[in-house]
Amino acid sequence: MTTSIGKRELDDAGRALLNRSTRGRQDFEDLVVVPVFAVIVALILGALIMFATGVDLPTIGKSFVALAKGSVGSLSAVSETLTAAIPLVLAGLGLGLGFRAGLFNIGAEGQLLLGGTAAVVFSFTFDGLPFALLMPLSLLAGAVVGGLYASIAGILKATTGAHEVISTIMLNLISFQLLNYLLRQPFIQKEGRSDPISKSVPDAGQLPRLLDWIDPNLRVHAGLFLMLGAVALVWWLLFRSKIGFAFRASGENPDAARYAGIKSGLVIVAAMGTAGALAGLAGAAQVLGVLDRASPGFSAGIGFDAIALALLGRSHPVGILFAGLLFGGLEAGGRQMQVDAGVSIDLIAIIQALIIVFIAAPLLVRAIFPWGFRKSDNASGGSQ
Amino acid sequence: MTSFTRHFLRGIAASALMLTTVTAASAFTACQVTDTGGIDDNSFNQTAWKGVLDAQEKLGVEGRYLESQAESDYEANVNSLLGGQCDVIFTIGFLLGDATANAAKANPDQKFSIVDFAYDPTIPNVLGQVYATDQAAFLAGYLSAGMSKTGIVGTFGGINIPPVTIFMDGFSAGVDYYNEQKGTTVQVLGWNAESREGLFTNNFDSLDDGRAFAQNLYDEGADIVLPVAGPVGLGSAALADELGTEALKIVGVDADLYLTDPAKKHVYLTSIMKRMDSTVYQVTETTMKGEFEGGLIVGTLENEGVGLAPYHDMEDMIPADLKAEVEAIKQGIIDGSIKVGG
Repeated sequence: MTTSIGKRELDDAGRALLNRSTRGRQDFEDLVVVPVFAVIVALILGALIMFATGVDLPTIGKSFVALAKGSVGSLSAVSETLTAAIPLVLAGLGLGLGFRAGLFNIGAEGQLLLGGTAAVVFSFTFDGLPFALLMPLSLLAGAVVGGLYASIAGILKATTGAHEVISTIMLNLISFQLLNYLLRQPFIQKEGRSDPISKSVPDAGQLPRLLDWIDPNLRVHAGLFLMLGAVALVWWLLFRSKIGFAFRASGENPDAARYAGIKSGLVIVAAMGTAGALAGLAGAAQVLGVLDRASPGFSAGIGFDAIALALLGRSHPVGILFAGLLFGGLEAGGRQMQVDAGVSIDLIAIIQALIIVFIAAPLLVRAIFPWGFRKSDNASGGSQ
Repeated sequence: MTSFTRHFLRGIAASALMLTTVTAASAFTACQVTDTGGIDDNSFNQTAWKGVLDAQEKLGVEGRYLESQAESDYEANVNSLLGGQCDVIFTIGFLLGDATANAAKANPDQKFSIVDFAYDPTIPNVLGQVYATDQAAFLAGYLSAGMSKTGIVGTFGGINIPPVTIFMDGFSAGVDYYNEQKGTTVQVLGWNAESREGLFTNNFDSLDDGRAFAQNLYDEGADIVLPVAGPVGLGSAALADELGTEALKIVGVDADLYLTDPAKKHVYLTSIMKRMDSTVYQVTETTMKGEFEGGLIVGTLENEGVGLAPYHDMEDMIPADLKAEVEAIKQGIIDGSIKVGG
């Protein structure tokens, strides 16, 4: 959580002046050096935690080898890393965009669930359409529903001032139960099952797997291009388009943005809607590319991991892409770690959490690695 | 050998003892993919894993496992055990049915064995392990009906899927049978065998839900509750521990929970055991001998694939007549004179 809302308004102008001269170096440190060191510290602490819980040194070594092997060590490892990264990056882009606009959207999980469900339902309802139509339209259905669901929180904030943190958390809870309900409806529920599970996505609705001609177990799918396209699109939207400027201006300083004639209500709804559409797209990519169907909790916490990811990527599309690849690698590698070294996959969650803690506390990272940073010559050194 | 570390940490004494007996890694590897309950759920996954551990001890095989954190992990986890490192892969649970079938069809040389799923038609490289759990649950239902002071017993499940509801079916059939025999009107809350509707937590991991659902049933008058949801039931046991066993008793599932949940062992009236450890062990053994065959094995009261756990501390509280009746019904089910399924 950056200090983007309250404190900024006060010291923003003065700090911007001070920072101007050191901008390049400062950005580099914040965007690259802090995250890299945060990952290193987290891995070291992870090793210490393993040691403290009685894992012997050779096993710790073995588990880090497995982590590397399972994330980048083979074609199937890379495929798994990318597969895990796709929904994370898509949802993370949405959240990063929201953060840029000063909106702390906790609702990606719910938007992702409903978006994914919409994509599944669309795909089997319009079974019979050719691939060239069905697959893109199913993705679109996911994006639209995710966007609409998120805009509820946007509209509530724009019209009544209801805080988006609260409303998106509540919308998450509603979406979990709504999904449970929907999955029991006869037109959605899989035939012959009494548990909440949807019908399968028809072949023409699926995101095709890219490497199954090499080995049918390679799961990486065409969502990869969707992810890369979304990174480019969000970058363009944020830094090259008029609406993106409005997003960023409102996020940096809402009052100044209002004086400049930017309609804050509209910006809030548009930013929430776009963020939700990206989360919905993440859900759609996950069901159409990996899961083939919707079941309770198919989001598997992606929407929450994506918050961490957007923070780690400093809300910058390229940063989010790399953060997503890192998290995808940790997930795929964590699995290998459990298989090879018998170390609990829970440890991966701890390492991820530690990374975020250090990202959120850049002063701490700077204190641990003083030689990695230029001495800060003004008070703003750690306020980012 | 490695997975022991974790068990040891979690304080599971049985595994810890075995730590010393396992020596060098061997040529044969048995792997297991759990469902979201986790390997240390004191119940479903742990019982199946015990089969691998037993094989590790007695047959000298190597065991590995992968825990599924979420449903989206099933396929990924099965995939990461492919590539020839496992001689047989056990997938634990009905929900892994699709992932197992896909992996088995894509990898016809890899041997799989799934607990709780019967493929129709069968897949040549998959051996399904299913259980006539309703037979043992019938006994537990009869026993509970006889032990209930309020005349109300309760049950709830994890997810409304056949391997869960078969417990509830058998349990309520057992209660009905008791009513029929004794002319009583003991009620079952939480499951309606006709409408196939009942109480479900919709997960296999929330201990809080286990507590809340048991509380609701208790508030409605139930003094014996059967939670059929793996580790969720541990939450119910915690409630029974607080209320006292006079007010609320728990019927365990899968393993003998008196043994696997030693901290709360006094709350268990008995457990409906589904001897996955024994079938997993058998499958490991036959695979080692090169006699693996796809198809189906069914655990019953007769072949001791299912059964009722000993009463342990409750031994003295249960009237001798009731115990004798339960034993007689068991024989009746085995020889076919008592029908469990409707």
